[in-house]
Amino acid sequence: MSEIPADLKYTKSHEWVRTLADGNVEVGITDHAQGALGDLVFVEVPDSGKALKVGDTFAVVESVKAASDVYAPVAGAVVEGNAALGSQPELINSEPYGAGWIMRLKPGGAPSGLLSAAEYQAHLAAEG
Amino acid sequence: MPFNPHTPDDVRQMLAAIGANKVDDLFDEIPKELRIEALAGIPDALNEMQIGRLMMARAAQDGLPLNFIGAGAYEHHIPAAVWAVTTRGEFYSAYTPYQAEASQGTLQLIYEYQTMISSLTGMEVSNASLYEGGSAVAEASLMAVRAHRKSKSQRILVPTTVHPNYRKVAVATASGQGVRFEEIPCPKGQLSLADLAKYQGEDITALVIQQPNFFGQLEDVDAITDWAHANGIFVIGSVNPTSLGILKPPGQWGAKGVDIACGDCQPLGVPLSSGGPYAGFLTTRMEYVRQMPGRIVGRTVDAIGKQGFALTLQAREQHIRRGKATSNICTNQGLLVTAATIYLSLLGPEGLARVANTSHQRANELIAALTRVKGVRVAFEGPRFHEAVLLLDRPVAPVIAQLAARGIVGGFDLSVDYPELGNALLVCATETRTAADIKAYADALTESLKAAVRAA
Amino acid sequence: MAMLKHPEKIIFEYSRPGRGAFGQWPTERGTPNDVASDIPENLLRKTPALLPEVSELEVVRHFTRLSQLNFSIDTHFYPLGSCTMKYNPKACNQYAMLPGFLNRHPLAPEPLGQGFLACMFELQEMLKEVTGMQGVALSPMAGAHGEFAGVAMIRAYHRARGDLARNEIIVPIAAHGTNPATATMCGCVVKEIPVNDEGDVDVEALKAAVGPNTAGIMLTNPSTCGVFERRIKEVAKIVHDAGGLLYYDGANLNAILGKVRPGDMGFDVIHMNLHKTFSTPHGGGGPGAGAVGVSARLLPFMPIPVVGQEGDKYRWLTEKDLPQSIGRLSAFMGNAGVLLRAYIYMRMLGREGMHRVGEYATLNANYLMARLAQAGFDPAYPTRRASHEFIITAKKQARDLGVTAMDFAKRLLDYGFHAPTTYFPLLVPECLLIEPTETESKEALDGFIDAMIAIQKEAETNADLVKSAPYTMTVRRLDDVRAARQLDLTWKPAAA
Repeated sequence: MSEIPADLKYTKSHEWVRTLADGNVEVGITDHAQGALGDLVFVEVPDSGKALKVGDTFAVVESVKAASDVYAPVAGAVVEGNAALGSQPELINSEPYGAGWIMRLKPGGAPSGLLSAAEYQAHLAAEG
Repeated sequence: MPFNPHTPDDVRQMLAAIGANKVDDLFDEIPKELRIEALAGIPDALNEMQIGRLMMARAAQDGLPLNFIGAGAYEHHIPAAVWAVTTRGEFYSAYTPYQAEASQGTLQLIYEYQTMISSLTGMEVSNASLYEGGSAVAEASLMAVRAHRKSKSQRILVPTTVHPNYRKVAVATASGQGVRFEEIPCPKGQLSLADLAKYQGEDITALVIQQPNFFGQLEDVDAITDWAHANGIFVIGSVNPTSLGILKPPGQWGAKGVDIACGDCQPLGVPLSSGGPYAGFLTTRMEYVRQMPGRIVGRTVDAIGKQGFALTLQAREQHIRRGKATSNICTNQGLLVTAATIYLSLLGPEGLARVANTSHQRANELIAALTRVKGVRVAFEGPRFHEAVLLLDRPVAPVIAQLAARGIVGGFDLSVDYPELGNALLVCATETRTAADIKAYADALTESLKAAVRAA
Repeated sequence: MAMLKHPEKIIFEYSRPGRGAFGQWPTERGTPNDVASDIPENLLRKTPALLPEVSELEVVRHFTRLSQLNFSIDTHFYPLGSCTMKYNPKACNQYAMLPGFLNRHPLAPEPLGQGFLACMFELQEMLKEVTGMQGVALSPMAGAHGEFAGVAMIRAYHRARGDLARNEIIVPIAAHGTNPATATMCGCVVKEIPVNDEGDVDVEALKAAVGPNTAGIMLTNPSTCGVFERRIKEVAKIVHDAGGLLYYDGANLNAILGKVRPGDMGFDVIHMNLHKTFSTPHGGGGPGAGAVGVSARLLPFMPIPVVGQEGDKYRWLTEKDLPQSIGRLSAFMGNAGVLLRAYIYMRMLGREGMHRVGEYATLNANYLMARLAQAGFDPAYPTRRASHEFIITAKKQARDLGVTAMDFAKRLLDYGFHAPTTYFPLLVPECLLIEPTETESKEALDGFIDAMIAIQKEAETNADLVKSAPYTMTVRRLDDVRAARQLDLTWKPAAA
């Protein structure tokens, strides 16, 4: 069973969102997503300053068998992409909710339409 | 049925295992009205003896004329070992190396090819081939659009000194994705900074430079490359690999070298073969490796730490990325890469330099001999490599026809693609042309041009 | 036949300064070593390229040994689904490489190419006949290239009619990855539709997907699931009625060669993989040839050049003859040598042989499927006839034994069989797509069946044995994660 921390929010496309103390949000992909992709070999993170709308592709994560787009769950401006992923893409596999964060974003408004941990869990079960 | 092993007994046993009465039953899911009964338009089968006879007659019909055309396909000596080894069944009838453990031969060979062609072009990394030189320019242009983060225009500058068919293939292939190719006319047979001046300060994604250019003239690659980079423009260098035996490779043009080098491997051990199959090459810097189309082989280790080879970075390709792939290319030109790799191994750096030098000399001798004929002069001055444009005192097509009747393929008529040049003929000589060959051409041309020119 | 077991060095490791295949170097009078004095210094190479310095024997031995590390049709049964690994007749190679064809420059005058052009013209005619199309163009150099030509022609057709809104290409989710990649390359938008449990396209979903923006649909028939698209006439009508065109991906033409013609099924444009159906060599990854066939309404848009006939003479038809052509896809005329091989093959099959291809390919596939089903394997579409290929799913083995399709594939190598295609189409879990082709004997098929049964037994009693296969190749299972993370794409000399 994949891990789904209760204190985070989620999207149907397997991103997670953490609100930080300074009001920015941190975004990554879930444990389920990293397991489905397999060992990650490359991650393309966004440049700071980039403006994003909800649903924009802000990163690409690549394993040997797949390359997936990662979609912005919240609109705003990129504060920074996780530079560590350049040399250690496997952080997403080992710590998808910790050191494997992909970007930090200054949100344009309050995040909306996100799933709770329970709702995401139900979504995974329904996906089968 | 020539290649089927089935005996009636086999068929009986197999149908029994399936539980069908006759082979026709196996097609019972296909709507009856779609089934065809006969292919009237296909001739009766020929056995091998008969088809051999027919093909030998047809090949003989075309003869073995003396060839003086280059124009993107070059006749060089091909060592016997190249095709003796390349047509071994294990290379010839092997598939794409998706099951790496069963394809280490092909994979290692591609790795060696990638190494050789990267170094030959002075770049850092190569793919496993594209279709040919024309589509390589198209793919390089699309790659430049992907890789050049700061340019949005998708405008690619292409001087008319680039092979006319390469330009046509680039337009046919890439304009569907919004890439705009803009031609720069080069009436002097070379691209000059003056021709480029009007693009100063504009948003241009890339500039294509061909070296030697289609006319055989050598471009001022350092100045042009530096100008492009100073203006934030990617440089694509389309190059002849034999020439790189003695010419400075695109990775060393200007201060930084080109961003993408491409071309055709045909001169490296691949026969003219009426136009194909050839093999396109594409090399670049490591920073752009993920934007490179086509297959790439990497060295890795196996489960017990032994060296091995596998296709890598496949996530860029069509079978994974599908609609977002870098290209739709799947099958490429593996067998020709095999031939080119063996050829380069046989020649080595010294042999390739000799082939290039000798070709250059023969071409100089050819131009000297032909311009001694009354009515013939060179079109462009300046340094050139193994090809040149000659201007005749009369239309080229009838002259070519007369030469052909004497078993000489005299050159490529430029009047269709470059009417502004007048009666222009592109001629080439490589190390394969002897002094006797050149004399035969000069004599035949003298005969042809003997008659006074009819008044226009 | 011994497959080389020991690894072979990289050719650069044989290099010694001053060594060379001297017999191959030009030696005539002149200055072999002096660099050309009429070329400016700044245009000349200063350091030689990294190329091996080895003797001719070392080259021959090295590459011969490399060849012995490969599986190939000549050495192994190669049931790769969707690839049609049938015997490549040696005659095709021998006669395609006759000097008259091999040494001919593509731009040589047409009077000196009538023998070659006759072969090309007749090839066009034969391909028209077997596919039921009105025109054939030979220049695309691979299946994907042919697909590009096909979709480009569809777009050109709609634009010529002033219908600029049509930019959607419908593709079943089971389609080969080149299909959506091609649609994107042509500036189209891809719309995917599902496939039902029996392997047919979901016709209701198709009806919902078509509309005024539909440029066309790309289909393979038999589909990539290995089964015939039974409602093809209905599908054709739905798309045509909506104003779209039908594109046929000819990768599976081997199943229906001589039995059904794509033109009769309603397709407007098709590509053929000559390196599949018409037995030109796979060459370790090409060269292929993706000839395209068109219906009458797409004739004006065919890629050039095409061979035409005037009286008893042949000539190339180019921009002047086909002003609405989608253009040139090749600097010359495509993979001529491959086309010659296809021509020779088709002449050797003849009319009778062309019928038999589809028959025996289908017989072999159905036999293999029946015997494997009887042995306890799970066909993905058990109620359907196999076409020339079929899918076995290993999802039961993966779930109960932890042994996947990939594990079966790798263990088959130890038994001396190349693996079937794995994990394609994506919609069948743990799939093995198996295509025997018509040139394999019953004994070859039986050997494969026995191997699969043996591996199943191993999976049940000693799963780890299967999961760590192969053992008898030159290498064990390769670390492709490392290959992607630590990119080693060119050999470098060790630092001095």
